[in-house]
Amino acid sequence: MDLLSNLALGFQTALTFQNLGYALFGAVLGTLIGVLPGLGPVATIAMLLPSIYTLDATPALIMLAGIYYGAQYGGSTTAILINVPGESSSVVTALDGYQMARSGRAGPALAAAGLGSFFAGCVGTVIIAAFAPPLTELAFKFGPAEYFSLMVLGLIGAVVLASGSLVKAIAMILLGLLIGQINTDVISGVPRYSFDIPELTDGVGFVAIAMGVFGFGEIISNLGQPAENRQVFTKDVKGLLPSGQDIRDALPAVLRGTALGSLLGVLPGGGALLAAFAAYTLEKKMPIKPHETPFGKGNIRGVAGPESANNAGAQTSFIPMLTLGIPPNAVMALMVGAMTIKGIQPGPQVMQSNPELFWGLIASMWVGNLMLVILNLPLIGIWIKLLTVPYRFLYPAILVFCCIGLYTLNNNNFDVYMAVGFGLLGYVFYKLQCEPAPLLLGFILGPMMEENLRRALLLSRGDWSTFITRPLSAGLLLAALLMVVVVSLPSIKRKRAEAFQEE
Amino acid sequence: MKIKSQRDFWSGLMFLVVGALFAWGALTNYSFGSSARPGPGYFPFGLGLLLAVLGAFILFEALTIETEDGEPVGQIAWKPLIVILVSVALFGALLPRLGLFITLPILVLMASWASDEFSLKGTIVSAIFLDVFSWAIFIKGLGLTIPLLPTFLAAN
Repeated sequence: MDLLSNLALGFQTALTFQNLGYALFGAVLGTLIGVLPGLGPVATIAMLLPSIYTLDATPALIMLAGIYYGAQYGGSTTAILINVPGESSSVVTALDGYQMARSGRAGPALAAAGLGSFFAGCVGTVIIAAFAPPLTELAFKFGPAEYFSLMVLGLIGAVVLASGSLVKAIAMILLGLLIGQINTDVISGVPRYSFDIPELTDGVGFVAIAMGVFGFGEIISNLGQPAENRQVFTKDVKGLLPSGQDIRDALPAVLRGTALGSLLGVLPGGGALLAAFAAYTLEKKMPIKPHETPFGKGNIRGVAGPESANNAGAQTSFIPMLTLGIPPNAVMALMVGAMTIKGIQPGPQVMQSNPELFWGLIASMWVGNLMLVILNLPLIGIWIKLLTVPYRFLYPAILVFCCIGLYTLNNNNFDVYMAVGFGLLGYVFYKLQCEPAPLLLGFILGPMMEENLRRALLLSRGDWSTFITRPLSAGLLLAALLMVVVVSLPSIKRKRAEAFQEE
Repeated sequence: MKIKSQRDFWSGLMFLVVGALFAWGALTNYSFGSSARPGPGYFPFGLGLLLAVLGAFILFEALTIETEDGEPVGQIAWKPLIVILVSVALFGALLPRLGLFITLPILVLMASWASDEFSLKGTIVSAIFLDVFSWAIFIKGLGLTIPLLPTFLAAN
């Protein structure tokens, strides 16, 4: 049994006293930081990168992974409690989670998110252990053309499953890709669209966009509504833990979310974000039982499904990073950075060259998930207390944490100004009903897509048909095309509209 | 010609203009190269063009397809919009000069004023609380290097 011996090696590495300590430290830090709105895992990991010099590669990555999960979970906590998703993947959790919190059911929502995530995490770990080796074989067949097509598929997948107008969502992706073009061209070294501002030659910060569009935009639109429509949580809090009925409702959603998340997490760029969106859409399509609250009004399935998917996706998104060497999101990109600092070249060879690191990391993912549950279930009571703080005190606090987080990104006020600009843009998007999540996705993938496109064209001597003559690439593009065609069919288009409109 | 959907009209226009600007910028400033040797302008030009086309399409739909209520953009919340954005920008400008202890309460006081439930007393209390809390978490706890005191004081 290869799988078992590999996992055994992994647990041997992960369960040393020292590595457990780092996993715990990472999970605690991640949760704390995820709960502070705005200070996401990206900022945290970026802050901690220097201290990683002093650690060995394995504990360093284990700690980073702990921060990643912790922050993911912490981000969902704020999404549920104050409707500010700390992470782009918890955007969906906010939809029903926040409504549950408003009607006094924050406890069950948080518990469903925590337990669902843990279950999904366990499954995700097994999947990585089982499928990473065969996927590595596949990775050797991937050239730039395949990577490009894979990213196209990932982006299209995100759009198809997002709500609202399809054309507008694609336009938002393109806008994101274009914002990602503000940087220094990797191949020729020419700074682009930087208007001679030195900070812009490094590209626009992901955190500045996320905080501006999601954080500030949200606060402004909340304040724009009259006080009586806003917030007001019921004072009558119904229980800290989910009831038996809640568990019966949430369980199938958790299973579906886990399956979907494990699958979609493998796509670069999509990962957790894509999975959460897809799971929410799926839950909405499922028949609703008479005793259930409608979606958008606080249905527990709307929390459990996306949260499980999100976590399973977070787990399996390690596969593209560890095997293909391409980071599926900003956090992973930083982890790749950490690996290179330690002199490890991420990619298919990691599994052979550093088996301890590879399997140790996988085992510690499971350990990290377990720690999160142990850590967070008792904390639910404390989080709920937070809800008694009125919004007029809450939002200045959110602003303060966002601002400090932005400033400390580079110890520079430039990112603060950028976030102001994106805050304005976020409000414009809100007013025009352009969903901002695809923009973020395009922004993350932009530079990678360009590099692979240009490399593929260089290799094929300018022949665009390389994307359809290579069978793997053609298959991926075909899948993307099919997705678009399927949603554009009139009958499904109508159903899709219904799925998003029924409140 | 009557606009059938205000929201789509403006978003279409936004995409069209932004896409065209990016494409134009790529074409005039960066070498386009050829398909066999794509230059730095190659990818952004294509993207910009595509975005402009989609924008035009959305614009066209907004002018032709009937909607029930004309999909208005709705009232713009000028006060929160301006107050929040200005107070954050001010935070960025003042922090390196005045330090966290002074800048943070300014941000809290200004931003709280955006709410229609503003009360001076409560805001001052929360400003002081956040000042101490942020110091404990970010400076003591996480060890971030943020200027704390005004530069003229810290210099001594």
